[in-house]
Amino acid sequence: MIKRLQSITNRVSSYVAIVGILILWQFLSAMEIVPKFMLPSPLDVVKAFIFDFPLLMNHARTTLLEAFFGLAIGVSLGFMVAVIMDRFHFIYKAFYPILIITQTIPTVAIAPLLVLWLGYGMAPKITLIVIVTFFPITIGLLDGFKSADSDAIQLLKSMNASDRQIFKHIKLPSSISHFFAGLRISVSYSVVGAVISEWLGGFNGLGVYMTRVKKSYSFAKMFAVILLISIISLILMEGVVFLQKISMPWTKGENKL
Amino acid sequence: MAKLSVNNISKSYGKREIIKDISLEVNDGEIVCLLGVSGVGKTTLFNIISGLLIPDGGKVLLDNKDITGESGHISYMLQKDLLLPYKTVLDNVSLPLIIKGENKKTAGLKAERYFKTFGLDGNQDKYPHQLSGGMRQRAALLRTYLFSQEVALLDEPFSALDAITKRNMHSWYQNVMEKIKLSTLFITHDIDESIVLSNRIYIMAGKPGRITQELKIEDQKPRGEKFVLSKEFIDYKRWILNVLDDGEIK
Repeated sequence: MIKRLQSITNRVSSYVAIVGILILWQFLSAMEIVPKFMLPSPLDVVKAFIFDFPLLMNHARTTLLEAFFGLAIGVSLGFMVAVIMDRFHFIYKAFYPILIITQTIPTVAIAPLLVLWLGYGMAPKITLIVIVTFFPITIGLLDGFKSADSDAIQLLKSMNASDRQIFKHIKLPSSISHFFAGLRISVSYSVVGAVISEWLGGFNGLGVYMTRVKKSYSFAKMFAVILLISIISLILMEGVVFLQKISMPWTKGENKL
Repeated sequence: MAKLSVNNISKSYGKREIIKDISLEVNDGEIVCLLGVSGVGKTTLFNIISGLLIPDGGKVLLDNKDITGESGHISYMLQKDLLLPYKTVLDNVSLPLIIKGENKKTAGLKAERYFKTFGLDGNQDKYPHQLSGGMRQRAALLRTYLFSQEVALLDEPFSALDAITKRNMHSWYQNVMEKIKLSTLFITHDIDESIVLSNRIYIMAGKPGRITQELKIEDQKPRGEKFVLSKEFIDYKRWILNVLDDGEIK
C-alpha cells in the first residue's frame, strides 16, 4: 500500500514538473522575453500540430514503415547472429571484437554513403535501421545466453539432453529479459535512425518534413514534428513493455518489472 | 544382486586426487546414504555415477550393465532445487519426459498422475517462486523420479531447508519412499538425517576421499519422533561421531 502511494506521488510530482515547465515556457514566449519566431510557445506548437496533422500522419506512416521493416530485419538478424555466435565458439571469438568496433562508427557518418549506394528510396533508410538495431539485440541475447544457470545446464546434461534441447529449455528462456532490454533500445534507435536517414534525402517521411519546415523557418512546425517523434517513441517503448509482460507471465507478482 | 554398483572409482584433477578407489552398492529399493564432511569428493562421485564426469579408473554398473560415462540412465537431483523460474510446476516436473522425446501433452498427463502422491496437487499451474521451500523440494524430487525410476542420486536434498521444514520433509519423504520404492543414493553431512532416512550409511573421509566405514541401520518403521529419541538412535550417532573423529586424526 505504501509502495503504491509512493509510486503515485512520484508520478504526480513528475506531472507537476512537466506542467510547470510548460507554463514557464508559455510565459517566456508570451512576454516576448525570448523572440517568438525562435521559440514558439507551447500553444503555437499545439496549433501547428493540429493544423498539419493530416500531413504529419502521412509522413509518419512512411517513417513508421521504414522503422518497422528495419526493426524486423534487424531483430531477426541480431537473433541469428547471437545464436550462431553462441553455438560456434570460434565465430564468437573472431567476430565479437569486430562487432564492437562497428558500433564506434557513428550512424550519421555512414548514412550519406548509404544514400549514394542505394538511392533515395526506402532501401538506404531500412539498411541504416538494420545496422543500428541488430547490435543491441545480439549483445543482449549473448549476455542472456551467458547468464543461464550452469547448474541447470548440468541437470539437463545428466538427463542426456541434446545441445538443442538445452538451448530451448534453458538458454533461450534465460535470455528473454535481456532480449527485451535490447529491444527497448532498438525500438527507439529505429525511429531516430529513420528520421536521420530521411534528412539526407527522400520523398516522404518525418525527416523529410523536418528539413522542409526548417527551410521555411517555421519553428512551430519543427517543434510539432519533434513532439510527434517523441510521442511515437514513447508509444513504441510502452508497446515493448507490454509485449514483455505478456511473454514473461512468470514475473507477474514478482515485482521485477 | 545390486541395482547399482560402483567399482573402484578414482578421479583426480591434475595432480590433486579427489577420490580414490571407491566402491559401493545400492540394492533394489534401498535408501543408501553417503555421509562425510564438505570437500571430501561426494559431489565428484555423484557427477561420475550420473555420467557427467568420466572417472580415471573404475566402473559404474546399473543392473550389471556398464554405464560408466553415460548420462541419461540415473536421475540426479543437484544441490539446488533448480526449478526453472519461467516454467510452471507441471512443465518443470514433466521436463525429463519432454527431454526423452515425449510431447508436451502426454508428458504433462503422465506427470500429473504423481502430483497427489508428492503432495503437489493443485499447484500444477503455479510458478516455482510461488511455492514454499518444502514444496519446491518435493517438485524437484518428483522431477527426479520422473526422469528415471531406476536409481536416484540426491545431492543434499534437504540442506537448504530450515530445521522444522526439514523434519516434516523427512517424514513425508519416508512415506513417499514406501509408495514408490525408488532405489536412492543420497549425500548429506547431517548425521541425524542419515540415520533417520537410510537403510545403510557409507562414511567418506580423507584426502583423497575414500569410503572408510559402512553402517547398517536396522529396520524400524516408522522412524518418527520415538526413534530419534531412542537409545538405538543415540548409539548409531555415537558410533558415527567416533568414526568421523578417527578420520580427522588420520
